[in-house]
Amino acid sequence: MQTNVNANANASTSASAKQNSFKRRFIRDFMLNKYLYLMMIPVIAFYGIFHYAPMYGALIAFKDYSPMKGVLGSDWVGLKNFEDFFNSYYFVRILKNTLLISLYSLIFEFPAPILLALLINEVRSRMFKRVVQTITYMPYFISLVVICGIITDFTNADGLINRFFMLFGYDGQAMLQKPGLFRPIYILSEIWQRIGWESIIYIAALMSIDLEQYEAARIDGASRFKQMLYITLPGILPTIAIMLILRMGNLLNVGFEKIILLYNPVTYETADVISSFVYRKGLLEFGWSYSSAVGLFNSVINLALLITANYVSRKVSKNSLW
Amino acid sequence: MKTETGLFDRAFDVVIYTLLILLVVVTLYPLLYVLFASFSDAGQLVANKGILWKPLGFSVEAYKSVLKNPSITTGYRNTVFIVVFGVIVNLFMTCLGAYVLSRKNVMWNNVFMFIILFTMFFGGGLIPLYLVVKGVGLLDSLWATILPFSISTFNLIIMRTSFMGIPDSLEESAKIDGANHFTILFRIIIPLSMPVIAVMILYYAVDKWNGWFYASVFIRSRDLFPLQLVLREILIANSTDSMSTGASAGDRFEIGETIKYATIMVATIPILCVYPFVQRFFVKGVMVGSVKG
Repeated sequence: MQTNVNANANASTSASAKQNSFKRRFIRDFMLNKYLYLMMIPVIAFYGIFHYAPMYGALIAFKDYSPMKGVLGSDWVGLKNFEDFFNSYYFVRILKNTLLISLYSLIFEFPAPILLALLINEVRSRMFKRVVQTITYMPYFISLVVICGIITDFTNADGLINRFFMLFGYDGQAMLQKPGLFRPIYILSEIWQRIGWESIIYIAALMSIDLEQYEAARIDGASRFKQMLYITLPGILPTIAIMLILRMGNLLNVGFEKIILLYNPVTYETADVISSFVYRKGLLEFGWSYSSAVGLFNSVINLALLITANYVSRKVSKNSLW
Repeated sequence: MKTETGLFDRAFDVVIYTLLILLVVVTLYPLLYVLFASFSDAGQLVANKGILWKPLGFSVEAYKSVLKNPSITTGYRNTVFIVVFGVIVNLFMTCLGAYVLSRKNVMWNNVFMFIILFTMFFGGGLIPLYLVVKGVGLLDSLWATILPFSISTFNLIIMRTSFMGIPDSLEESAKIDGANHFTILFRIIIPLSMPVIAVMILYYAVDKWNGWFYASVFIRSRDLFPLQLVLREILIANSTDSMSTGASAGDRFEIGETIKYATIMVATIPILCVYPFVQRFFVKGVMVGSVKG
């Protein structure tokens, strides 16, 4: 902060003096903090190699990349890869799938932990509270591969879920082979795995609500349901708002790892999202340039969404990332 | 008025407890099912059409084949390597970055901060990352799952915020005693930040333990597969055959069923044993991330 003030003060003096003092300041700062800069080298090297070099490598989206010629040597093709993608049959399909899965998880998965937190808050037995929390957190700690293995197994024609429905007279069917069932399976299992974990933050927010408010409400004769509606819920509203904003900025980042583990050619029509498409086209079919173009498209849209969400939230609720 | 509210509140209680108990059952039962199935007799399990309330028969054959499977053993070994060295690299790099970025009088820190934050919002994508990893010669090495992920920017920010909260006077007195930045970081800042560092270790370790995607992209040799990749083959691609060799085709299918469940247990029990103890750290971590994020 102090240095900024100095810089502003210097800006008002003549240009040559400014340059001179900048240079002097630069050298002085460097001498003073040389060990700090030394410590920063590995960190900067990491970001340079594994974050910025790939950004540079994304140039191949505008080229006809050939591994022999390298990123620089490959021939420019302009926007051809993007045009191919926008004109392809897949464009509408994967964009629709990405948006739908994001939207459904926003509608169904996002409120679930809030509800759980509200329920847990109403439990007065500490023991029962602990048991519920410990058990609902549990699935979060199981690895994604194992979770997807369990899902695959349970949704088999004679898996657990089908057996359960068979009790009511339904016929078993391999659910992961039904395109219409992919999204419900994805969202429900997501809720199952994350509800307990994601409720933590709301439970934390609940702790800070002033207990006197409840007392006052009780004296006024408010039922516990009304207290929940008019005290508890408004009390955690700021937290809900922040979580929602964060979520909006991440709209296109669908959990593609889970999708890759669960989908198959039969369900591509409802399950294939941008990232899984990038993965398949790029790494399994070696369409590197094409796939990079799709990936770049995803990144740009994400950035735009984030900037928009941030702008809107800053205007509406004064909460923003920058 | 009063009794009416009381009655309503009691009904409210009933609804809440019912919903929560239902949720507990729905969460717990699938895991119990896997446990029961893993100890079941393979033939009986395949023939069974109902829902399990206890193991059908009792057999540990499945566990025997899982533990004898060399892929599981090498998978465990590779995963332990990735977790141990991965977390060491993660911690070292994150501490370095967080320390420098938490210093107040470094001219370029604002620039560094921008460079780092920008990567949270924009990236080159999967294929360019693959080409870079290939370019630096990490392809098909366990380090490919470690070095490209040396720092999680989010964790770096959490750590920086925590380092900034340490009073300046402590370092100043250390500086007067002749301490350099390395000494300050390792002797003063890190010991004072142990709670946050514990949370970071946990976050990074779980990330490494559960990671499979980048391993599947960067690693080709089977003997370098981490546990999660082995699990994917067994659970998702359904290739339990290699584990039940020596059995006839029909038996193989039957044993294959129980092997899947036993594999899930073998891969998950370590986590489920540890997690009640580390749970509170995670909770703390969520708080740390949420308050500052």
